[in-house]
Amino acid sequence: MDAIVLQILNGLDKGSAYALIALGLTLIFGTLGVVNFAHGALFMIGAFCAVTFSRILTWSHTVIDETKKDFLGNPLKVEVPHIYDLFGQATGDAIIDWAVPLSILFSIPVMLFVGYAMERGLIKHFYKRPHADQILVTFGLAIVLQEIIKYYYGANPIPTPAPAVFAGSFDFGALLGFDPNTIIYPYWRLVYFAFAALIIGAVFAFLQFTTFGMVVRAGMADRETVGLLGINIDKRFTIMFGIAAAVAGLAGVMYAPINSPNYHMGMDFLVLSFVVVVVGGMGSLPGAVLAGFLLGILESFASMAIVLDTLPGLNQIIIYLVAIIILLTRPRGLMGRKGVMED
Amino acid sequence: MSTSNFTRRGVLKTSALAGAGVALPTIFTASSAAAYMNEPKGSTVTLGFNVPQSGPYADEGADELRAYELAVEHLNGGGDGGLMNTFSSKALKGNGILGKKVEYVTGDTQTKSDAARASAKSMIEKDGAVMITGGSSSGVAVAVQALCQEAGVIFMAGLTHSNDTTGKDKKANGFRHFFNSYMSGAALAPVLQKMYGSDRKAYHLTADYNWGYTTEEAVKSSTEAMGWETVNAVKTPLTQTDFSSYIAPVLQSGADVLVLNHYGGNMVNSLTNAVQFGLRDKQVNGKNFEIVVPLYSRLMAKGAGANVKGIFGSTNWHWSLTDEGSKAFVKSFGEKYGFPPSQAAHTCYVQALLYADACERAGTFNPCGVVEALEGFEFDGMGNGKTLYRAEDHQCFKDVLVVKGKENPTSEFDLLEIVEVTPVEQVTYAPDHPQMAGGELGTCNPGA
Repeated sequence: MDAIVLQILNGLDKGSAYALIALGLTLIFGTLGVVNFAHGALFMIGAFCAVTFSRILTWSHTVIDETKKDFLGNPLKVEVPHIYDLFGQATGDAIIDWAVPLSILFSIPVMLFVGYAMERGLIKHFYKRPHADQILVTFGLAIVLQEIIKYYYGANPIPTPAPAVFAGSFDFGALLGFDPNTIIYPYWRLVYFAFAALIIGAVFAFLQFTTFGMVVRAGMADRETVGLLGINIDKRFTIMFGIAAAVAGLAGVMYAPINSPNYHMGMDFLVLSFVVVVVGGMGSLPGAVLAGFLLGILESFASMAIVLDTLPGLNQIIIYLVAIIILLTRPRGLMGRKGVMED
Repeated sequence: MSTSNFTRRGVLKTSALAGAGVALPTIFTASSAAAYMNEPKGSTVTLGFNVPQSGPYADEGADELRAYELAVEHLNGGGDGGLMNTFSSKALKGNGILGKKVEYVTGDTQTKSDAARASAKSMIEKDGAVMITGGSSSGVAVAVQALCQEAGVIFMAGLTHSNDTTGKDKKANGFRHFFNSYMSGAALAPVLQKMYGSDRKAYHLTADYNWGYTTEEAVKSSTEAMGWETVNAVKTPLTQTDFSSYIAPVLQSGADVLVLNHYGGNMVNSLTNAVQFGLRDKQVNGKNFEIVVPLYSRLMAKGAGANVKGIFGSTNWHWSLTDEGSKAFVKSFGEKYGFPPSQAAHTCYVQALLYADACERAGTFNPCGVVEALEGFEFDGMGNGKTLYRAEDHQCFKDVLVVKGKENPTSEFDLLEIVEVTPVEQVTYAPDHPQMAGGELGTCNPGA
């Protein structure tokens, strides 16, 4: 029983990331009809927003420490962050420690701009082209973006820790009456799950309860008619692209402490996120979220030692296996709408 | 009316087959005037540096390339001479190799066996490389080593830690300066016993590929021999990025030590995840829970950040060694590039110099002459103390370093500290050791 609870918990944070990326993918597909293979790259750029903001906070000047030697025997050059000069070392350290949560504020405008530039600069030229063209161009864009990141940040993962207050793990086992240490879960992953739930809720509320959201939903249902009413639906869809980019970026920012960001992390999530979108149902926002959590949890279960002993390799194929079963039984996915990608 | 059986398609097919047939005998064979593959005829000799310039190990590859460039500079008489000043063999004069100026070409392995073979093949066939060296993966090393054997050039391996490189996949034309999985296990076990005792339960997470298997086997057999029990060993996919679902059940298993047989990005992520789960703060079986990383590199330690603090592992070489050879290399490399060299840089630099020295001592670039010069070659002054290139399997035998993540690093390069220099005798094994079983060294191939 404790092992089952444990794997459900494990699946939640992985599912959170899948759900956030798949939500953005679905928003873009539902509004603009574009299959965006560069969406994983937006997740990766979000994580690198956290890295960049962290570097801004630790931007330093060099002080020579005559009492210590470097590896060549010369006086040691010590990097002192400028933030120490501004706020003192204790406050400076506290701000640096909170770099990841603070970088949310930095990443939102950056990601909105990246999304806007991507849509206006490249993707809008492919609206009327076949999906295969869209996939090729966005996949190419993803490779270009990751190579740019690699050029500036290197190929090695860059540690981007969570605030010290979130270090360690919470003992759910003791809380639920199991033996201590049987169900532990890192604090930051709990934060990530809560953050994902908040973002997903905010996106749904925005679409459901604002005039802007209402127009966008109407445009997703019947773009032509909304256009005939004199509403500039293209402009709203462009804004939605920016919002989808920001959602992916925020998912990346908060994921940075879970796995050290590297240039390839977007690709690691991209394929699985597409499976999530297809399983959830193309164009269905609730479907994307539901499938994200469902597949995240299933993936965790498939990684259990007892499962792997019985069915070796299941962890590598479980998501695709479930996708096949769902698509055979429900060809439009869990919550897919009739008519989407069926013309 | 006359008819013909010739068709356009038929003519094309026949021409292509005939062309391939004519070209086939010239692939990987020296020209009739040469005594061996790519015999240097002019005033220069070309070496092929096959390193990961793209992909996940690109940073490690960049350090390898820096080291090779430094080696070429020193071989050609530039710079301060580096390790040529401390090397016990004095055959190298700083006038190239056998009087020929050293030039080089580079290839990108991408850390993929097929790409690495293609780039090595191109350097041999198109650029006339007489030796191929470099790489950051055992899969790549085994693949390129086999290609070099087939082509008739020498292969001086870069970073490859799997037992198989000089075990079941050993080749007469290939040599390895790096240590291997067996040596890691043999060096680590006594230190782990001293630090954590003999009554421990270990849980292994192992990367699901060749290197992972040999490392798991080596560490398991070494730790079990000193009394540890292995409670479970779980294979993790090489493409895995989030290890939470593998780490979460560790505490439930009753294990009090987690061994991460992971390298590169796998190691960075699994260690980060394990620390996030608070494993190191836990008490199991009345003991502190511990994590072990059998193979460390500085670049990996950098990626894992503060999570490496206090965690034991092994490494081939470290810039903080105080022998004359290590100091000379750190000085040369540090003054040229502004930071201390990694173990990848050291291994590759040494490989280039050892090849050059073997050519000088053999008086030829002929691979068979070089093999003869390197087999059983004992030397000193290149870091890690006295070193032997064993004739039976072309594995290098030297001291191995047990390191741990430093608690208070002074810079981004000062991440590991040496805990013990394990003497070579302790990590030496018989050529027919079960972990190295299978495969034949064969005979050298000059390619002619």
